[in-house]
Amino acid sequence: MYDLMFLFILLLLGYFFGQMAEKRHFRSIIKREEEYREILTFAKRFPISNEGDQKAELVGGNVVISVDYFKRFAASLRNLVGGRVTTYESLLERARREAILRMKADARRKGLNTIVNVKLETASISKGSQSQVGAVEVYAYGTGLLSSHNL
Amino acid sequence: MIITNIEIIPGRRVVQHLGMVQGNTVRSKHVGRDLMASFKNIFGGELVGYTELLTESREEAVDRMKQQAEAIGANAILNVRFSTSSVAAGAAELFAYGTAVILE
Repeated sequence: MYDLMFLFILLLLGYFFGQMAEKRHFRSIIKREEEYREILTFAKRFPISNEGDQKAELVGGNVVISVDYFKRFAASLRNLVGGRVTTYESLLERARREAILRMKADARRKGLNTIVNVKLETASISKGSQSQVGAVEVYAYGTGLLSSHNL
Repeated sequence: MIITNIEIIPGRRVVQHLGMVQGNTVRSKHVGRDLMASFKNIFGGELVGYTELLTESREEAVDRMKQQAEAIGANAILNVRFSTSSVAAGAAELFAYGTAVILE
């Protein structure tokens, strides 16, 4: 009986705090994406043109985000029937967008305005013996350039 | 020492290729940080301790790669890649590798 109550309390806490944290995070991501709009990122391997690039340096940003208790519970239920696990989709989206933003922040700190050859790397940090995804790490990196030409 | 993950450096010419250089580091989790992380696992959100830990570890891997490149007389590393793998429960290896070159 007490176990069931404990589980229920954990689910409630996870649901309310998790939703709040996610909404807050998305708001902050959208705001900062607007702020870093002028730093252009490309997934292509070579600079747009060799003329006018004065500086080249590696830039990167990483983030580790954990999923809340309610979402993990919902995902384990979803595991029974299969299909889209929407609760983990939003987790990964948040992590990727955050990592890209931190990479852009790093580029701005170093005085660069373009990033080419952006690579994203995802690693799951599993907790102990349980094979469930507890947290996910995303690392975004690329070559920051200082371009004087107008793209 | 210039480090990039593209194959060229704009405006510079490669004089000599010196082959691959690499650097790695294996880090394990901290008990205190792990306790905080398990709380965060209920509420969700960013695990700041882990983010910092992984950032430091990557810097360390890049530093070791740089030292190797300096030892063979290179002044730039091109085409750098990062890779992460978990070796054991609670420990992760961070690995950086690239091509050492001499620029004119």
